[in-house]
Formats: sequence, structure tokens, C-alpha cells
Amino acid sequence: MDLTAIAFHLLAAILLGAALLVVTVRNPVHSVLFLILSFFTGAGLFVLLGAEFLAMLLVVVYVGAVAVLFLFVVMMLDVDFVSLRFGFARYLPIGLVVSGLLLIEMILISGAVAARGAVSVVKNSLVSGVSNTEQIGRVLYTDYIYFFQSAGLVLLVAMIGAIVLTLRHKPGVKRQNIADQTARDRKSGLRVVKVNIGEGVSE
Amino acid sequence: MGFDSAHLIALPELVLALGAILLLVVGAFLGKRSMAVVSGGSVIVLLFAAIAAGLGAKGVAFNGAFIADDASVFSKVAIYIASAVAIFLGERWLTRIGNAKFEYPVLVVLAALGMGMMVSAGDLISLYIGIELQSLALYVLCAFQRDDAKASESALKYFVLGALSSGLLLYGSSLIYGFAGSTHFADIAAAASHGSVSAGVIFGLVFLICGLAFKVSAAPFHMWTPDVYEGAPTPVAAFLAAAPKLAAMVLFARVLAQGFAHAIPEWSQVVTAVALISVTVGALGGLVQKNIKRLLAYSSIANIGYALLGLASGSQQGMQAMLMFMVLYMIDVTGFFACLLALYRKGEPMETLPSLAGLVRVRPGIAIALTILSLSVLGLPPLSGFWAKFYVFRAAVSTPGMGWQAVYGLVFSVAAAFYYLRMIKTMWFDEPIGETDVPPADARIVALGAAAFAFPLVMIGLAFLDPLTAAAAKAFGLA
Repeated sequence: MDLTAIAFHLLAAILLGAALLVVTVRNPVHSVLFLILSFFTGAGLFVLLGAEFLAMLLVVVYVGAVAVLFLFVVMMLDVDFVSLRFGFARYLPIGLVVSGLLLIEMILISGAVAARGAVSVVKNSLVSGVSNTEQIGRVLYTDYIYFFQSAGLVLLVAMIGAIVLTLRHKPGVKRQNIADQTARDRKSGLRVVKVNIGEGVSE
Repeated sequence: MGFDSAHLIALPELVLALGAILLLVVGAFLGKRSMAVVSGGSVIVLLFAAIAAGLGAKGVAFNGAFIADDASVFSKVAIYIASAVAIFLGERWLTRIGNAKFEYPVLVVLAALGMGMMVSAGDLISLYIGIELQSLALYVLCAFQRDDAKASESALKYFVLGALSSGLLLYGSSLIYGFAGSTHFADIAAAASHGSVSAGVIFGLVFLICGLAFKVSAAPFHMWTPDVYEGAPTPVAAFLAAAPKLAAMVLFARVLAQGFAHAIPEWSQVVTAVALISVTVGALGGLVQKNIKRLLAYSSIANIGYALLGLASGSQQGMQAMLMFMVLYMIDVTGFFACLLALYRKGEPMETLPSLAGLVRVRPGIAIALTILSLSVLGLPPLSGFWAKFYVFRAAVSTPGMGWQAVYGLVFSVAAAFYYLRMIKTMWFDEPIGETDVPPADARIVALGAAAFAFPLVMIGLAFLDPLTAAAAKAFGLA
């Protein structure tokens, strides 16, 4: 058993265990942390496959953005997770049927792929001696530049939309103003009052 | 692929994209005072893009993903001009109601960019990205009056159903890609021409047609239309009813004609069915409407049915009929909505049929414009709507096996005439129910302009439009 096989089995076992814990632990924060663990081990599996770009993507996008967002939502919002679990036993049979079907489908597909041999039907356009990050970059910024840039414009519209629909300028909101802070001097910041004994300062 | 080839071909899109980003920055820095500047800038950007499209290079760029030909140029010029009109109407309206945010013109420019990408799409991916860019901008525009419950409702309905239609479209695209082995229309056509077209491709094509039918609001995928037209701000509804419909129809025609030229009998029957259902739903649904915006929504469903009838004939003549119909309809419907923008009573919009009672004695100009536009849309000769329908029925009749469909369409256009005639009767023969506010100049200009085009200017316009649409229809490459 060589090192790659050991690494694969170890990562796969951790991935499965973490994924199972995501849906079974009671504390939602722990659940998100296990999700992050499973993303990391998934990234490890991609590295083993030689797809280092996908591995980085998984870490940057899913761990860096999605999981952290989940964590924020779980910690900031007052979601009642106990009530979300209500009816778990009632829906369990349906869930088991669906996951059983999914399992059968996956076994059939992997059986077919194993019988055929894992050969790609896409015409091979890989250039040897270049990392796959660079290869993706080469295709993305040449053949697919039009789609890439247009997708950027779609995101721009989404951003404008989010701002138009949600941004409200409330009057009276206190914001930090550095210019005001540095322009503050003794005259505007300090008031000398004469305090009579036994009276205190009146506003 | 240097600047000189691909970028020159996509010059209108580059102008719009860079213009929109520039205007966004200008608006962000100028803040509250920027509406007039950004709106003016947007109109100029759109006109520049129209000129760039009209005079620019034609050809295929980005490995076939972007096509500039007579059809795309014709529709782009129409779309950009319609968008400029929408900015003109919207800017004044938003300023009047005190919601002058500079994002409105920027979003219209970005929607126009998406529509330009749609009519130039030569690939399933550029088709999808173009549709999404246009739709996302339109969703936001519908919700622009964010404190208005109806506007929010309409935007939400539009968004959810639009997402559903995008799902259908993507599912169809993935099936087509899987069975044809390519996302390029030309390659799909080549793959389909080897022997018979496979069932998988047809299956995907039907899903694609369903997704596109959503976007043009053809029945039975029309259910969002009345609610969205009613809830959306009136200038946005005017925009929604005109340019995006033309863009989606041209895209429809391009996918079917260039990607599936060998499967004309297959798609023709689907499109015919959609067309006839639309004509029926539009004519019958409009009969019970009291709200004019909802009425216009059903009218647009029926009219899209006629345009699809032209498309269903699967010939060059049919494509010309579709283009001609859409352009003439766009002008009519913009005029209709401009009339609605002009009609206010004590600060409240007059959007129901009874509120129009006796309008001709209170506001003769607007009433006559509305009358001409109604007569035009119902298809009275020699108004523009008659010529639009004339082209469609001529194409349908000259296609073998489409005779009864043409007769069916004619019968329901007579049924639909009832609701336009009822509106005219309300305006001319009912007792007036009170004064209306002075109509704003912008809405009046657009309304009277559209009415003047409906008759008599259409006679001059046809002389120009006929050769242009004929050349554009030839670009689809059908017999």
C-alpha cells in the first residue's frame, strides 16, 4: 500500500465522518465547523487527483466565503434549531427512500464508469508540462473571454440591484468622520464649568 | 484575435458596457444631483451604440459565440432606441414622484446590453448569459419603487418565475449539448444534419422553447405578465413590453433557424401550438380586465402569439413578418404606456377603464392618441397594426399546411377587437367624470409621436422597414 492510497483512505474516512457529523451534531456551530472540515478533506482529495486548482477553489470559495457566511448566520441570527428538527422521525422514511435511490444511481454510474474505464469523451486538449491552473487560465482568458467578461457584467447588475433595493440613508446615524475627529481642538472638545459645592453639574 | 476583428464586431456591446460602468462611477460621485446627467449620458451612450451597430463591422467573433449580421443590427438599433425612450420617460416620471435615483438609467443601459447580446448570440452559453443580464436588470427595475407593495410583489413574481424559466432553458441546453456535442448553434445544426435529429435533441429543444416562451410571455407560460405589468412602475412596464420582447423573439428565431434548421417540422408544430394558445388566452383573458395595464398585458400575450405565428411558418417570409410585427407593435405599446403616464387625476394614475369615461371632452389630444393606438393594435387598415398582421397572415397563408392556423388567428383577433372598442366607446360616448391633471410634456410627446406613427407616418416607415426587415430575415438563412 503506497502513500497515496493511505492518504486517500484517510481523507475519505475523515470526509465521510465529518459529513455525517454535520447532519447529526446538536450544536449548529459545531455542525458548520464539521462542514469546514469536510471541505478541507475534499480539497485534499482533489489535490490527490492532481486537480490543485479545484482544491484551491474549494478552500477559497467554500471555506473562505460560504462556510464563514453560514457561521455568521448561525451565530448572529436567532434560529431555533430545535424546532427545525421537529418531525425528523416522521420524515425519516421518505428521506431514506430518496437517499437509497440516490445510492443505487451512484452505484450504477460508478459501475458503468468502472467497466468502461475512466476515459474522457471530451477531446483531449491538454498541453503537457503545464499545471492545470494555467491550463484553465489559458482557456478562460482566450476561448471563453466573452462569456467570462459577460458573466462579470451579470454580477455587476446583481450588485447594483442589491444596493438599489436595500440601501437606505437613515438620518441621524452616527458615523466616524476622521476629518471631524482630527479637527477637534481644546475649544470644541472641552468645556470648563464652575461647580458649586453640593449642586453638581446641570446639563 | 486582435482588437481589430472581434472587438470591432462587438463594438456596440463594448460601448454599452464601458458606458454603463462610466455612468455608474459618475452617478456614485455626483450623488443625489446626478439623475439628469446620468440619464442624458445614458441616452447618448445608447445612441452611440445604435450608430456603432448600424455602421459597424459584421461577422462572427469569439469563436462563433457572437454574431453580428443584418438581423442583429436591425434589432439592436430598434432595441437601443426603445431603451433610450424608456430612459426619457422614466427619468421624468421618477423625478416627478421624487425617487430620482441614477441607477435607473444605468440599469436600462445594462438591460439593453443584455438584449444586444441576446440578438447576437451564436452559442447556448452566450444565449443564457444575455438572457440573465437582461432579466436581472429588469427584475430590479420592476422593484424600483421598493416601498410600493405592488411593485415588490410584481418583481418577486417575475423573479421567481424567471428563475424557473431559466432552469427550464438550462435543462434544455444541457440536453442539447449532451446529444449534439456542442453549444454552438452552427455545430448543433451540423450534428443534427447527419441523418435524423435524435430524440434527445428534440427533447432539449422543447425545453428551450418553453424557457424562451416564458421570456416572451407566450401562453401557456404567460401567468406572470398581468401581475408584473400592473405592479411595475409604468415607464418600466413600457420598457418591459417593448424592447425585451423583440430581443427574445429574435433570439428565438436565431436558435430555431440557425441551430435547428434541419428540424423545422419538429419545432414548427410546437411554436404553432404556443402561438395559437397565446392568441386565445390573450383575446379571452383581456375581455374581463378592468385595469388598463392588465389589459395591455393580455394584449401583449395575444400579439406575441401573432409574432410566433410568423416564426412558426419557418420561412424567410415568416421571419420578416415576425420582425415587422414586433417593431410596429413596440411603437404602439410604447405609445399606450405613454398615454397612461400622461393620465393622472388629482395626482393618482388613471389605470382603470371606467376612469377613462368621457376623456375626449377633457383631454382630446390624449384621447385621440389612445383611440388611434387602439384601432392600430386591433388591426384596422390602414393603421400600423393592420400592416403588422398583414405581414404575418401573408406569411402564414403562403406556408403549406398553415391555412387554418391563419384563419384561427384572424377569428381571435376579431374577438380581441372587442376590448379595444370598449375602451374607445368609454372615452367617446360616456359622461366625463371630472378633470384630469395637466399631462407632462414628455409623456404627451411620446404618446402623440407613437399615434402619429401608427397613422399616417407608418406609410413612409413601411417603405424603409420593408427592405430592412427583408435583409434581416435573410440573415437567418432560411429558405
